[in-house]
Amino acid sequence: MNPPEPPLSLFRPPFRNYQFGGAYDEMFAAPGTPRSHYKALFQNLLELPPEDLRKTQQAADLSFLHQGITFTVYGNDEGTERVFPNDLLPRIIPADEWRKIENGLTQRIAALNLFLEDIYHNGRILADGIVPRELVYSCRHFRREMRGLNVPHGIYVSICGTDLVRLPDGSFAVLEDNLRVPSGVSYMLANRKVLKKVFPTLFRDYGVCPVDHYPQSLLATLRALAPTTTRHDPKVVLLTPGVFNSAYFEHTFLAQQMGIELVEGRDLLVHDNVVYMRTTAGLRRVDVIYRRVDDDYLDPLCFRQDSNLGVPGLFNAYRAGNVILANAIGTGIADDKAVYAYVPKIIRYYLGEDPILNNVETYLLGDRSQRQHVLEHLDQLVVKAVGESGGYGMLIGPHSTVEEREEFRARIEAEPRNYIAQPTLSLSRAPCFLEGEVQARHIDLRPYILYGENVTLVPGGLTRVALRRGSLVVNSSQGGGSKDTWVLRA
Amino acid sequence: MHERRQTVMLSRVADSLYWMSRYLERAEHTARLIDVDLQLRLEQAPEVGAGHWSRLIEALEAPLPPSGTVDAASITQILTLDRSNGSSILSCVAAARENLRQVREQCSSEMWEQLNRLYLQVNSTTAGEAWLLNSHVFFRAVQEGAHLFQGVTDSTMLHGEGWRYIQLGRFVERTDLLARLVRTHFASRARTSDAAIESEEYLEWVGLLKSCSAFEAYCKTYTAELRPVRIAEFVLLNPEFPHSVRFSVDRIDAALQSIGELTERRAEQPIRLAGRLQATLSFSQIDEIMGSGASGYVDGVRWQCAQVHNAIQQVYFDYAIEQALVS
Repeated sequence: MNPPEPPLSLFRPPFRNYQFGGAYDEMFAAPGTPRSHYKALFQNLLELPPEDLRKTQQAADLSFLHQGITFTVYGNDEGTERVFPNDLLPRIIPADEWRKIENGLTQRIAALNLFLEDIYHNGRILADGIVPRELVYSCRHFRREMRGLNVPHGIYVSICGTDLVRLPDGSFAVLEDNLRVPSGVSYMLANRKVLKKVFPTLFRDYGVCPVDHYPQSLLATLRALAPTTTRHDPKVVLLTPGVFNSAYFEHTFLAQQMGIELVEGRDLLVHDNVVYMRTTAGLRRVDVIYRRVDDDYLDPLCFRQDSNLGVPGLFNAYRAGNVILANAIGTGIADDKAVYAYVPKIIRYYLGEDPILNNVETYLLGDRSQRQHVLEHLDQLVVKAVGESGGYGMLIGPHSTVEEREEFRARIEAEPRNYIAQPTLSLSRAPCFLEGEVQARHIDLRPYILYGENVTLVPGGLTRVALRRGSLVVNSSQGGGSKDTWVLRA
Repeated sequence: MHERRQTVMLSRVADSLYWMSRYLERAEHTARLIDVDLQLRLEQAPEVGAGHWSRLIEALEAPLPPSGTVDAASITQILTLDRSNGSSILSCVAAARENLRQVREQCSSEMWEQLNRLYLQVNSTTAGEAWLLNSHVFFRAVQEGAHLFQGVTDSTMLHGEGWRYIQLGRFVERTDLLARLVRTHFASRARTSDAAIESEEYLEWVGLLKSCSAFEAYCKTYTAELRPVRIAEFVLLNPEFPHSVRFSVDRIDAALQSIGELTERRAEQPIRLAGRLQATLSFSQIDEIMGSGASGYVDGVRWQCAQVHNAIQQVYFDYAIEQALVS
C-alpha cells in the first residue's frame, strides 16, 4: 500500500528505520526535514543515547505495572488484566491547530445536544426531513422512555470523547463521537505524569498547556448539573459496574482524584423516587451520578431485567428530577454510526453554520445503491457495526481474509441498518520509540469535552497508537497503546 | 448543626475492610498453629501426640479430609492450600486480597502491594514445598507477611473510620480464634489443679502458649514455671498482651466507640454489646472461671462475640432500609 521508502542513510541511528510515505507524517514535512514544532524534539532524539531512552521506557513500564494501570480484555480467558502500553515520545500539536479542533468540537457537541433535545421532544429535524425518522427509531440506543423528559439546562452529553484522525492532506476529521461512557482520560493523565519526568527541560521549553486540572473540571461540570434550588452542596458519586469492568482502574482513579464516592449499584437504593447511598452512618441522599454504566444496565425495572449492576427504581427517580445522570440516558442515538453520517447536516440545521471539522466519508448500508457499491468493494473498505465501540465488530477490508469478508457480507445482507462502511483511512503517523529506535506508527486523537456551565476542553487528549507495524487499529483492546499529547501555548 | 461530617463511608466498603482483616487474621492464626504443632511433634514420642491432629482440626473448626485418613500430609494440605476449604491459608489470603481489591481506592498503595505480594507468594506454593521440604519457612512467611501488612497499614493509612473497621475485623476474629483454641485445649485436659506441670504434658502447654505467641511474654510475667491456671489467666485475662482475649475485646470496644463517634451513632447495639463483653472479661476472676469450668466460660465469650459481630452487620453494613429512613 505504501510507496517504496526513500533511503535514509543520511540519518543517524535512531531514525534509521523510520518509515515515510502513504500518510501524513506528524514530525516530518519531508524526509529529513522536521516540522517547526517538532524541531526541538528531533534534535533531542539525535543527541540522546538510545540506551537512556530504553532505560526510561523500562522504568515507565514498571511504574504502570506496579500502580496497576491496567485494562481488561474481554473474550480472552488467560491474563485478562493488561498494562496499557505507553510510548515515550510526545505527540505535539501547535496552538493554531488546537484552536481549530477546539472550535470544531465545541460546535459539534452543541449541535448534538440540540439534536438529542429535539428528537426526545418535538422531533422538528425529523418532521423537516433532514434526518430520516426510521433511522432514529430503529436505533438500538434510542430510548422511548426519554420522550418529553427535560434534562437540566438541556444538556444530554456532559462528558464526551471524540475520535479525530488526521488525513493525508493534514486536515483533522471526526471518525466517531463517543457520547455514552467514553473512557481513557486516566491514561491521558498518567502519560503526562510520566513524560514530565522523562523530558523535564524539553517540556518546559516547549510551553505545553497543562491537563492536570481535568478531574476538577469534571467535578465542576457535574456540580453545575445539580438542581440549584434544593441544597447548597450537591452530593456527586461515580457509579461503576464493578471490579470486573475493563475501565475499573479509571473509575477508582477518577473517584479518588475528584474526592467523591465510588459506588456500585448495590450501594444505592431508591425510596419515594429519591436516591440514597448506604453508608455506615445511615442513608445519604445522592444528587448527581456520574455513571460509567451503560443505559441497558442502569435500572432493571426499566431496562435489562437480567442485570443486577444497576439500581431498581433509578429511572423513576431520574424522571422525577430527583437525581441527575451524566451523561443522560439515550445519548447513544447521537453516536450511532449511521446517524454520524448526518452530523454535518445536523450542525447546519441547528446552528446555521458550516461544520468546522469534517466527517469521514460514510456509506449507509440501509441504502440499496450504497450497499451494492460496498459489497462490491469489501476488500477496500472498513465496515463497522453501528452500535459497537472499542474496535469490536469491525472489518478492515485490505487486511481481511476471504472468509471474514464473506461473513460480513452475510451479516450486512441480514441487517443492513446495523452496518456502515468507510474508506480505509490512512491515519497520520508519528514517531514512536520501539525496539530501541524511532519508528513511525499510525495514531489518532481523542480529546475530552466537558459541557457543564459551558463547553470546555482540556488542551490535550489521548493519542492512541497502533503499535503493530502497518496496523491501523488503535483500540487498546486490539493491541493499541497511547502517548502523551502536547498542545503548545499560543 | 447542618455541618455534617464531610466524609462518609459506604457500607460495602466498611464490610470489605472488616472481612479483609478477619480473613488475614485467620490465615495468620492457622499458619502459627500448624507451625507450632509441627515443631512440637518433633520432640514427642509418636503415641503421645496421637490425638493431636484431631485437636488441631477442632481448634480450627476445619473439615476432616475426604479420605478419612488423618495424617500429617492430608491435614496440612487441607489447612494450607486446599481451595475447597474456605478457611485454608490460601483461601483466606485470597479472600482478603479480593476484599481489598474491591476497595483499592480506600487503602494506601503500599497496603495493596503488600497484600498482593503475600497472595502471589502463597498462591505459587506447592504442597510439596509447604509440607515436606520446608514447612517452617512457609508458615513463617505467612505470619511475617501478615505482620508486615499490619505494620504498613498502621503507618500508611489514615487512622479514620476505615482503619477502625480493619481493627475491628482483626480483633473480633482474634477473640473467636483464641477462645476456640483455649476451649479445645482445656477440654482435652481434665486436670486443672494448680500444680506445676512436668515432662510430657509440659510440651502441650508450651504449645498452647506458643500458639498464642505468648510463651516469652508469659515467662516474663510468671517465670518459666508453667501452671494451668496462670496460663489460662494469661491467655484469657491479661490486659497488656496483644494475643489475649481481654486485650482483643478491649480493642473491639475502643474501635466501636470511635466508630460510634464518627458515624454519630453512639447508643447503638454493637457498642452496648461490646461494652458488656468488655466488662465480663475485666471483672472476671480466674479462680471462679476455673472453678465452674473454663469451657463454659469460653463458650459464653464466643457467644457474646458472635452477638457483637451480628450487631455490627445489622447496624453498619446491612441495616433494614425502613429503619434507616425513619431516623
